Amino acid sequence: MFPDKQKFIVFSVLCIGFLSYSGYLYSHLPFSKSNFSASEAQGKALWQKHNCTACHQIYGLGGYLGPDLTNEYSLRGSSFIQIFLKTGNTTMPNYHLSETEILQITDYLKSVDQSGKSDPRKFSINANGTINQ
Amino acid sequence: MELSISKAKFTPKVFILVALILLTAGMLFGTIGGLQYIVPGFLKEALSFEKTRPLHVSSVLFWILFASMGAVLTYLKEHTGNKLFSNRLSQILFILFVASVIAILIAYCFGVFGGREYWEFPPILSTPIIIGWILFLLNFIFSVGTLKNQPVYIWMWLTGIVFFLFTFSESYLWLFPYFNNHVVNDMNIQWKSYGSMVGSWNMLIYGSSIFLMTKISGDKSYAYSNKAFILYFAGLFNLMFNWGHHIYTLPTQHYVQYISYSVSMTELLILGNIIYGWKASITKAQKYFNRDAYRFLVAADVWIFLNLVLAICMSIPAINVYTHGTHITVAHAMGTTIGINTMLLLAVCYDILKDTCISLDPYQKLMKFGFWLANSSLFAFWIALIGAGILKSKWQMSSDQIAFSLMMQNLTPFFIVFMISGALLLIGIVLAIYPLFKNHLACFLTEKTGPLN
Repeated sequence: MFPDKQKFIVFSVLCIGFLSYSGYLYSHLPFSKSNFSASEAQGKALWQKHNCTACHQIYGLGGYLGPDLTNEYSLRGSSFIQIFLKTGNTTMPNYHLSETEILQITDYLKSVDQSGKSDPRKFSINANGTINQ
Repeated sequence: MELSISKAKFTPKVFILVALILLTAGMLFGTIGGLQYIVPGFLKEALSFEKTRPLHVSSVLFWILFASMGAVLTYLKEHTGNKLFSNRLSQILFILFVASVIAILIAYCFGVFGGREYWEFPPILSTPIIIGWILFLLNFIFSVGTLKNQPVYIWMWLTGIVFFLFTFSESYLWLFPYFNNHVVNDMNIQWKSYGSMVGSWNMLIYGSSIFLMTKISGDKSYAYSNKAFILYFAGLFNLMFNWGHHIYTLPTQHYVQYISYSVSMTELLILGNIIYGWKASITKAQKYFNRDAYRFLVAADVWIFLNLVLAICMSIPAINVYTHGTHITVAHAMGTTIGINTMLLLAVCYDILKDTCISLDPYQKLMKFGFWLANSSLFAFWIALIGAGILKSKWQMSSDQIAFSLMMQNLTPFFIVFMISGALLLIGIVLAIYPLFKNHLACFLTEKTGPLN
């Protein structure tokens, strides 16, 4: 049986490693500059308020009832998005959003679109099993 | 209910009873959600999918948390041979969590959300959860006293409690503009916290299942062995560093991918190894005596194997590109949450709530039928999700993609199997746990020993 001292040492080393990794990630976020304007930030708040992620995905994370919207802005354009937000469809309820709210959510989706590509066809696969965007 | 939570009668069994109610509710919401996949617009105005999904997710996650808290507090008492440091702290923990669950579920019904992916509710409602969890931690620490010469499950429980507190708090960093100023930054930290949070409640569940296996076998040596501690530390290593597989496709730093890929997901294998090792040492008589709980442990063994294969595949970025954003991810989530966590926790529930006021023998056939119905339905459910995921993956990778709505229509046969098997899973679990409720109702009505003694 391992002595308790060894267990404490292993536990401490792991915890220090975890806290260091966490601290490093907090201080080295992938994007150092804010990409949200006031309108986009408000759009994100509306996205959360109506729980859009229950049905839609961003970067493949979210519900599967609706499509991934990461690059919907560049694929379909703002008018297409705004029509859906205005009327809903068979599955999506009409949230009775104001014109301003519709613009804010569209702005948010524009900023998401500009953050990267989520289409898996665009990824390249390396021989060691890793991927590149 | 006043009687059940009064100081004199309160025991951790109430956590288990509430947990089972939440499990039933969670599966019911899941079945409604499944129906919304095959009947577009079903309950769109009254209970649309953005409500049913969090109702389902939160009910099921609170089932896991309540059952884990009940298991840890009950087994901790058995381990120390004494009462808990403070029964009052457990009572407060219970009240805070029940109040939180009720408030969260009501908030969803009124369309008030936190709006985060996976586990979400208005941030203010996390306050009683954090306070309750701190009380849980204090109660645990003062009940255990020291970590010297403690078995592995005590280490696992402590780790699970501490890391849940850390990761749950971390999941609210988005409230600070520094973390919330960019969608990628936000998602990076969000999935760091969620990935490790799952590992933290796995520690609580796996620790409880090791305690249960110790109890069944009557052999404590394994819980103190080097092998058990090596596996525990390997599990802890995974909890801390393997969360990146959730965000391989996010444009974040490459080292996140490399670290997660190399650490890989071995925690499920670890538990399978532990359970497998114990099975050999249990005599047939002991197995028969504990048959209800043991049956669920065996089922978990099978699900560990199936989900381990899937998890290893999904932890390879080159494969993850194909599975990410498809129902294969859901199959993995359901397989681990229901197949592993729920089966292990049901084993614990059977052990803790076994016949105290009425004999469960007349219900053996019913419980066995429920067990087999639940597991065979879950298998069909799991296969249907994988099938839907393969087709969606093919669509995602196709050079001439058809419209999303047409692709979803093509998946309808899989969704029908998924919905029907989900409903049968609900029936199976209800049949399996019904006698446990009946026993406690009998205790309560006769006041023979009190349902919560």
